[in-house]
Parts: sequence; C-alpha cells; structure tokens
Amino acid sequence: MSWRDLGDLADPSKHHGPINIDGEDPALLAERLRMMILIRMAEQHLAKMREAKLIGGPVHLGAGQEAVAVGVSESLRATDMVFGAHRSHSHCLALGSSLHGLFAETLGKATGMSLGMGGSMHLWDGPRGFYGSVPIMAGTVPLAVGAGLAAKLKGTDDLGVAYFGDGAVEEGAVHESLNLARMLKAPVLFVVENNFFASHMEIGLRQPLNATSRFAAAHDIPSEVVDGNDVVAVQKAAARLVARARRGEGPGYLEAVTFRWYGHVDFREDIDVGVNRSVEHLANWRARDPVARLVTAMETAGLWSPAKHAECTAEIATAVTAAWDQAMGDPWPHADTLFDAVYGRKAVRS
Amino acid sequence: MTAAKTRYNYGTAILSAFEYLLGTYPEVFVMGQGLWSPWYVGNSMTALDQKFGKERVIDTPVSELGVTGAGIGAALAGMKPIIVHPRIDFMLYAMDAVVNQAAKWSHMFGGQAHPGVTVRAIINRGGEQGAQHSQALHAWFAHVPGLRVVMPATVSDARDLLIAAVLCGDPVMYIDDRWLYELEDDLPPVVELDLATQGPRCLHPGSDVTIVGAGYSTLLAINAWQSLAEQRVSAEVIDIRVLNPFTPDVIVQSVQKTGRLVVVDSGTRNAGFAAEVIASVAERVALSAWRTPPVRVTLPDSPAPTSRVLEQIYYPSADDVVRASLALIPR
Repeated sequence: MSWRDLGDLADPSKHHGPINIDGEDPALLAERLRMMILIRMAEQHLAKMREAKLIGGPVHLGAGQEAVAVGVSESLRATDMVFGAHRSHSHCLALGSSLHGLFAETLGKATGMSLGMGGSMHLWDGPRGFYGSVPIMAGTVPLAVGAGLAAKLKGTDDLGVAYFGDGAVEEGAVHESLNLARMLKAPVLFVVENNFFASHMEIGLRQPLNATSRFAAAHDIPSEVVDGNDVVAVQKAAARLVARARRGEGPGYLEAVTFRWYGHVDFREDIDVGVNRSVEHLANWRARDPVARLVTAMETAGLWSPAKHAECTAEIATAVTAAWDQAMGDPWPHADTLFDAVYGRKAVRS
Repeated sequence: MTAAKTRYNYGTAILSAFEYLLGTYPEVFVMGQGLWSPWYVGNSMTALDQKFGKERVIDTPVSELGVTGAGIGAALAGMKPIIVHPRIDFMLYAMDAVVNQAAKWSHMFGGQAHPGVTVRAIINRGGEQGAQHSQALHAWFAHVPGLRVVMPATVSDARDLLIAAVLCGDPVMYIDDRWLYELEDDLPPVVELDLATQGPRCLHPGSDVTIVGAGYSTLLAINAWQSLAEQRVSAEVIDIRVLNPFTPDVIVQSVQKTGRLVVVDSGTRNAGFAAEVIASVAERVALSAWRTPPVRVTLPDSPAPTSRVLEQIYYPSADDVVRASLALIPR
C-alpha cells in the first residue's frame, strides 16, 4: 500500500479472515457487533420494502459498509456535527438514531427523522449530532468544514464530520473543503468510504489511482487508510484523528476501504448495470463481511457463540418489525407542512 | 450649536452595518475573498479585520463554493456568518451551496434546522470590465423558494437590510451595487428590522405613472421622477427592496391608482425580475384599471460588452426611464 495504491485492500479475494480484536473490551466489541447487525438488518429490511413498493422513493443501501460508521461514531459525541450523503442510513443509526424515525422517514411519514419532508436521502437528527445528509455529491463536505470552524470560533473542542465516497472526491467541493479546513485549522474529520463505485462506474474508470488519501496529502492533512470492513481498525484510526482534531491540531482524513452489497440504488445487486462489477467480485466482497469477520474473531476468543448470535439477531428482527409496523401506521404530513418550513418563520404576506 | 450629523454614503452605511453586527453579536463573523485588503469592495469593509480581528474577519482561499458552504455549516452550528463575494459573477461556483443546500435545508428537514447565513454579493459593471464582471443575477436567486433576497437602493437600507438579513435566521442573498456607493444621506440610529415584515416601499408618491426599481434601478427611477416632475408628470416611485419572498401589494395599489406601470431592472430582459413584477401586478389589477399596457426598461438580452461605445448603448439611463414613462402618457 502506498499513497498511489490501496494494495491488497483493493483485492477482494484478500482479508476474509477474522479481524484482530486483541486487547479490545469484550462489552464494547459486543456493542459494535450488535450495532452492525442492526444496521445490516435495517438495510435488508428497507431493500425488501422497496422491492415490495411500500417505499415510494429511492433508497441507497449500505449493507456491507456497517463497520465504517460504527467504528467512527464511537469517538463522536452528541455535540459534534456530522454530515452525510445519499447513503447515510448507517451514519445516523450508528449515532443512535431510532429505527422507527429512519423507517418513518423512508415512508414520508410525519413522525420521520425529517418529519416526513426528506425521505431516505435527506436525514436529520440534530439531538444526536447528525446535522443532515443530502444526495448532491460532496454537497455537505464544505458544511462540515463550517461546522468545525464554528466550534473553533466558539472555543469548544467539538468537530465537524463529513462522510463522503470515492465518487465525491471527483468534485471540486472536496478539494476546496480540504484546503480551507487545513488553512483555517478547523477541527474536521473527513471520512471517505471508498467502495470503489460511483453509481455504476468503477474507480479505475474514473481516477488514475485508487487511493483517495492522496488528496489529503496534497492538502497537507494527515490521513489514515484502513480496512473499512474491520471495525476495530476503523475505530482506532478514527480515534487518533479525532483526538488530534480535538486538541486543535486541525483536520484529519480517514479512508475506509469497503464495498456495498447492493447496487447504487434500491434492492438490486446491479451486476448487469455496474461497469467492472461481476458476480465473482461481489461474492468475494461478501466474503470480506465486516459482521462475519467480527463474529468469527469473537467466537474464537470465546466472547460470542451461535446461541448468542441467534438471540441477538432475533431481538433485532423483532425491533425492526416493530419499528416498521409503527411507521406504517403513522400519519402522513399535514398539507400545511408544504409551506410551513420554506422559511424559518412564514413570510408575512400583506 | 447642533451636534454634527454623521454623513454616510451607501458604502460606509454597509461598513456601519458590519461594525454594528460584529460589535453587538459575538456569533457574527465574516468570510470571503479580499477581506484583509478590501479595496475590491470600495469603502464598505475598511479595517474591519483590524477592529474585530482576523479570527472573525477571515480572508479566504479562492474557493467560492467551499467558503459559502462553510458559511452554511457554521450557521447550522449556531453562528451568524456573512459570506462576501466581491462580484456576483464570481459566486456562480457557489450555486450548489446557495440553491441546493442553504435554500432547501429548512424545508427538507421539516423546519428542524435553519441555516441563517447571509451571502453578500456585489453587482459591479461598466468600466470596460465585460461579460464576467458585470452581471446582475438577482432574478436567479429570487426564483428559489427558501432564500430571502434583498437589494438595498438607499443609504439607510444599505445598513438596515444587512443587519436585518443577518438577524433573520434564514439564508439571505444581500445584493448591493457598486454604482450606488456614492449616494449620500444622514442616518438615524440603528433599528433592527424584522426582515420577514419588510417589502416594497413607496419612495415618492405620484399619480400619473408607477415606476418600480430594485437596487441601482431604483436610483434610475428616482432620477427619472425628478425629470418627469420638471415636465409636470407625477410619477410614483416604488423600491422593491425584498425580491424573495416577493409581496407586490404596494405596487398593485399604486397601479390601481395610476393605471400605468414602468418596471426598471438592472438585469437582462428574458425571464428577468421585471417580468415577475409585471405578471404579479397584471394578475391582480383589473383590466379596466389599466390605462396602457405595462412596460419594462431592462438590459438587452446580450452579455455585457467591454468597449465603452457599446457600454453606452447597453446600460439603460434615467433618460430611458423618462422616455418609457412619457410614452405611456398622452400629451
């Protein structure tokens, strides 16, 4: 691996074995695993509901990428300001957003995270530090820099956090944001989920090199490149960059190498749509499963068992069903809400 | 002996708004290009960095999108940022931040978060600067629900609408005009206006014809009003002030009285703001109340030229407004 090349992290036939959990707190490992399973099952449920046409709008699912948000969120707190993109269900759930709020939002219900005004692509959970996700590529990256700048001006040690993908780094907004954050020494964590695909296009067809952290180097920002399907590795790298930013030493860039199991949007696997996305490629990536690799590691260490796993997944399945059923029964937004929030206060009409 | 009044011009009125805001509200900060050497912006930002510190008056890299987006993020984090673009032409790179992000944020998250960011964009033109240093793009922003758009035409509005913009809690485009910087007036003490209650205002009452402008075109309307008065034509001059959300009532009432409407716009003609004014008034004023069809005086549908000879043809003058008005009135 070098600044030019992700090395064997980009080879999906590698890194299928258990992750390294030496020295990790067992309770914390179980918590991470539980959250990853919850995100996985939530995404799988949304895929089914979208296929059944119960969800009317597009859903961009992150099954396969659970370890990134779970690993990063452990170092964050509710006063940090986290921004996401089109594939952000995992980012909010990992911060503690409720399944019900997310599901209701995908259905456009008044009880959703964005009060039914956003849908899957526009999520907000301010009390948990999730300041908004939007589906314009790189649209929120400059906003995270501003949030970090605000924290600095207010004299707190809170952070702005921007999640984006390997596609977004092709936008000028990212480069402006990196340069600005570095020049302002703003406390910002840039988290790149490099899943090798922007919509249907593989990274090799879009960029000359596959390691996006080269852009951090170009802007003199320290970066860490990790196996994004290893929750412990993600957590450790994020913790180092977060601590540095909280100390006032400026922004950090985390590149987490991962893969999405579903296609760009909705429930299909998009083998036929993807350029350079084959059945074998996907099967290999599924074998680099962040959940299974943690389970194997914990079972080997005597920290987890098939019985525990069955109990955990059953409990989450019940929670998923309950949250979905509740959301299905929830009210739609009232007609007035179309105009209620165009401005902070309604425009006064004379 | 009376205390000497402070004489302001449009530029120093803007400066006084910055001084008031930075001096009164710790959450206000200013960010944009050229702020540590603000010769680009006339006398409107002189020495702010020395008075309030370079932490709060931030000169930036050449990154209109990044800087504007950062203003939005800082606003979501509870600050009251003012982002400065020395030419409105330069900020077209920031359209995603303004149109997709700032304008939509409140609505798409159900009113749970409001980016109260003010974007100050300056219209400048003439002086053989040409097509990319001369545009007046206010109509674009007025087309976007969720943005408030203000164009001060007077010395007091130059100060007071900037203060109101920053305090209103919504994203605001504050569009000022370099061709107004020499306007002079006395200013009363600052009153914090509620921007949500501001709208078009009658500057000069009249009975024969309604002349409407915004920003610099209001100055053309005022100058035309003077010439028309000398020719015994009584014009009513209305300054739009707030283009979005647009409340045409004051203009409608005026046209119900005069039956004649001339709209002066510093932008180009096709799908411009003058068209919105005429449409809004036309659908509210009974056909029987119109004495003549409405007209507009705008830039022609051409990019700005550089040659001074062509500039003379390109930019409408107060005389053009006078001629357009007289043409509506039987003599």
